[in-house]
Amino acid sequence: MKTRVFVTLKNGVLDPQGKAIHHALEGLGFSGVHDVRAGRLIEIEHEPDVSKADLEAMCSKLLANMVIENFEIEQA
Amino acid sequence: MRAAVIQFPGSNCDRDMAVAIRDVMGADTSLVWHRASELPQGLDLIAIPGGFSYGDYLRSGAMAARSPVMQAVVEAAGRGVPVLGVCNGFQILTEAGLLPGALMRNAGIRFVCRKVTLKVENNQSIFTGGYDSGEEISIPVAHHDGNYFADDATLNQLEGEGRVAFRYAEPVNGSSRNIAGIINDAGNVLGMMPHPERMIEAVHGGSDGRRLFEGLIREIA
Repeated sequence: MKTRVFVTLKNGVLDPQGKAIHHALEGLGFSGVHDVRAGRLIEIEHEPDVSKADLEAMCSKLLANMVIENFEIEQA
Repeated sequence: MRAAVIQFPGSNCDRDMAVAIRDVMGADTSLVWHRASELPQGLDLIAIPGGFSYGDYLRSGAMAARSPVMQAVVEAAGRGVPVLGVCNGFQILTEAGLLPGALMRNAGIRFVCRKVTLKVENNQSIFTGGYDSGEEISIPVAHHDGNYFADDATLNQLEGEGRVAFRYAEPVNGSSRNIAGIINDAGNVLGMMPHPERMIEAVHGGSDGRRLFEGLIREIA
């Protein structure tokens, strides 16, 4: 079974990488882009009986830094 | 006096740190590998050195903070053993929950490697007793993720309790309120991005870092 974890910066936390990507997109001539925020996608292959609670614990204990990041769990 | 410097795969300031502690403090200093589950007995100081532990995978310091030796470091810090984290060591201490906040990518995206001017905000800690309060000192930085972030409540608390040890005299990396180094609430853990161990003798271009270690001797001897 596969679970996808999306780790994103919390609202209000400045994202220098997103800003640089935004500038690069503008440099390539793409207009109409308001903002870019960069995050991270982590794919976890696991046994079907791994609980949602365990997946959430994986996120809060290691995959995301809860001081600056949020996570979202997506199961196929 | 006994000290330990923790080594992770990818640490690269471990030897400089050990030499600084040994030479300036005269401490019996051992290097401890990250797989160790126990620290040497009777430590007076634990140092977490700079570098790129685990290749900065996931986040700077994230993997190192979960390695076996860090459980022993957290336990020792809880008993009041002084812990000094420099650069990657600061990142590891925040990831391990020993210090509040997080170190994010530099605001300018670029790696910053140069001498910077620091203001000593508080000389009442065991780590800063070798300096005058408000004094400006020169110490090099070398980091990509030194942009200190914490929410306003945490920043106000740090400032209100005198736990900002060092501040950049001018913006270096986008750090909240120009914070370069902070101390935990018990006063025995310091994390700082600049490298005092790289300013120990004249041949380094200055010796302002030496006084941090000299101050520590007086406090913990």
